[in-house]
Amino acid sequence: MNKRLVSFVIKLILFTLVMSFFAWSFKSGYYQLIIDDAEGFIFLLIQHIHMVALSSFLAIVLAIPMGILVTRPKFQKLQWLFMNTANLGQTIPSLAILALAMTWMGIGFKPAVFALFLYSLLPILRNTVAGIKSIDPDLLDAAKGIGYTPAQILLKIELPNAAYPIMAGIRTAVVINIGTAALAYLVGGGGLGDWIFTGIMMRDNSYLLSGAIPVTLLALLADQLIRAAEKLIVSKGLRPSAAVSD
Amino acid sequence: MIKFDGVTKVYGDKVKAVDDVSFEVPEGNIVVFLGPSGCGKTTTLRMVNRLESITEGKIFVNGTDVNSLNQIELRRNIGYVIQHNGLFPNMTIEDNVMAVPNLLSWDRKKKTDRYNHLMDLIGLNPDEYRKRYPHELSGGQQQRVGIARAMAADPPVMLMDEPFGALDPVIRSRIQNEFLQIQQEVKKTILFVSHDIDEAIKMGDGIAIFEGGKLMQYDSPSELLARPKNEFVREFVGQDRALKSLSLHTVKDLISERMLRKADGLQKHNKKTITVETNLRDALSILLNQEADQLFVQANNKLVGAMRIDDVEAYLHHHIK
Amino acid sequence: MNEIWNYIIENQASIGAYMLEHIQLVGLSVIIAIAIGLPLGIYLTTNEELAETVLQVANVIMTVPSIALFGIMIPILSIINHGIGFVPAVIALILYSQLPIIRNTYVAINNVDPHIRDAANGLGMSTMQRLLRVEIPNALPIIMAGVRQAVVMNIGIGAIAAFIGAGGLGVLINQGISRSNTTMVLTGAIAISILAIVADGLLGILQKRMTPKGFQQ
Repeated sequence: MNKRLVSFVIKLILFTLVMSFFAWSFKSGYYQLIIDDAEGFIFLLIQHIHMVALSSFLAIVLAIPMGILVTRPKFQKLQWLFMNTANLGQTIPSLAILALAMTWMGIGFKPAVFALFLYSLLPILRNTVAGIKSIDPDLLDAAKGIGYTPAQILLKIELPNAAYPIMAGIRTAVVINIGTAALAYLVGGGGLGDWIFTGIMMRDNSYLLSGAIPVTLLALLADQLIRAAEKLIVSKGLRPSAAVSD
Repeated sequence: MIKFDGVTKVYGDKVKAVDDVSFEVPEGNIVVFLGPSGCGKTTTLRMVNRLESITEGKIFVNGTDVNSLNQIELRRNIGYVIQHNGLFPNMTIEDNVMAVPNLLSWDRKKKTDRYNHLMDLIGLNPDEYRKRYPHELSGGQQQRVGIARAMAADPPVMLMDEPFGALDPVIRSRIQNEFLQIQQEVKKTILFVSHDIDEAIKMGDGIAIFEGGKLMQYDSPSELLARPKNEFVREFVGQDRALKSLSLHTVKDLISERMLRKADGLQKHNKKTITVETNLRDALSILLNQEADQLFVQANNKLVGAMRIDDVEAYLHHHIK
Repeated sequence: MNEIWNYIIENQASIGAYMLEHIQLVGLSVIIAIAIGLPLGIYLTTNEELAETVLQVANVIMTVPSIALFGIMIPILSIINHGIGFVPAVIALILYSQLPIIRNTYVAINNVDPHIRDAANGLGMSTMQRLLRVEIPNALPIIMAGVRQAVVMNIGIGAIAAFIGAGGLGVLINQGISRSNTTMVLTGAIAISILAIVADGLLGILQKRMTPKGFQQ
């Protein structure tokens, strides 16, 4: 059978499934809550975005400089420690981090942001280090040889050439962050998770979908936006072949 | 122009990578550093722009001790080309070529003029490649751009670390020729690392042979081939050194020694025409490949005579051995 | 620390049971996920067009937050009366496992050195023989890395599944939060983390063992 046809049919089936889900859930009035309680919805949405934006921002401004620092020759030894801690940290489930933050800092917005921040640090740090380390040593030698200062090598060679993996790390972090923020309800951090957990407890489809679908769309939207930003930031001379897994 | 004075490089406590090397490179010359890998040739090169520190001894560029200069300034005034061209993949061709002028904050007009000039020099269309990226170019084109980048700020001295080593033989030979042409125009003082004796003979005004960190011999190619100083050099230049030395001589040299034959038997013989600028090694290989029994020699598009294998042999006996 | 230790000793039976539930949930889902993902990944190497589609879909699924996926599945699975509990949890974990397993299988088999493939053809192997004796053994370390990634991820998502009644160690966190029992929450969080770290370590060793000797760096 024609391979293109198989592919097309499968795409069509998936598309139909998604569409019929939306048709069914709309027809059942499961999103009415968003309109009826628009104020509450907007409040939770903003809270959600606030949590994610704040924690991601803090993670980016800390993890990238940290990654730069541990890739300097002086800190070679620290690099091993940082990378292993980052790898180990990423093995720990997000719910556990959130729970640990809560037992330490109590409940509320702060422990939620702190947990999200901690959890986003790791992929960004890991990708920054991996990205800078994967740069061809010949490039650095050439840059040094024609008279770039160490700062110029960092800004004009290392960071631009590691931009793709760094951006991929940020994307991974933000997407995970949006999902983990949906658990923040558990530690009293608010966000759209409020409605999802209410829905679970009350077995109420309206709450479930009015919470879950916006969170999903938010994650997909963030993913797409950051991919678009990647295209703008990463030089056209670099094809995204960097195989840092996300 | 460049003077090495007792230059020594020690790694750690013991390993002597370069051992008491002294010699001078005259202005406008290409000197090829030749030797097996690990012989110290690359380390010696890299000490000139201080990519490697100098343990002992001094290197003078234009009379100035390189250690007395600011390291960054020094490097900006010395062109640097490496094997895998080291073009920055994130920058356009124009930005790559103009890397040093950008560091030196030249004004826009001066940069554009210089870029156009350099691209013309290396035979690439300036406008066609301006906004392209390195990965869109072939290996040979990338290497040309690497050379243009090294010449961008018109440095009097250039360091080239096996610049053509990664290219396939056909393209390598073409770029070597182009580069020699460019050199005739720009007359840089060039240190050139190679592990290929043929390349050294072709490119070098002088050849410095290294082994175990020591300078074995520093001479002109013909001197080196004719009179290797020791067993190592003799072995390194190879059994066929006489043959190799033929590439240093042209048909013109042969004519000055002995008369050419009359270009007879235009119809009888299988013939081929060469110019007086052809080197004798190429002439010999055409003859040996039996592409022709005799070669017709042209000067300024006029037939001046013919030559056979015997003539090359006689010249070889007479002049080189 | 002492409190946690006492809590663990006092409740070792129930904690052990949660641990077992958790392992069952993750183990069952990953086995089913491999049964789907491995053949699919291999098939995709013969159909690039479809590979792109499938990997894109798997990518999108991965982007969907786990608690949101549960939230979406509850209304759908309620139709067949399995809105909460073990079934939606297993389905979610299988879905999430598809990306690492399919992607790694696909990439690993595609990346088998063409010379090796050539040699296998030259020796007269059939397509099936080549797949079983050459391609899969060479691709195995990377496929295992995908499985490992899926298992570690699923242990974390499995903890969240406790909130939809799937049991497992997440129950300790769930109940601990609703009873404001910090010790219980901590015990749950630490137990899940240890489970994930141990599973990662064990699968890492297995992955190394599966790497052909001539292959290790």
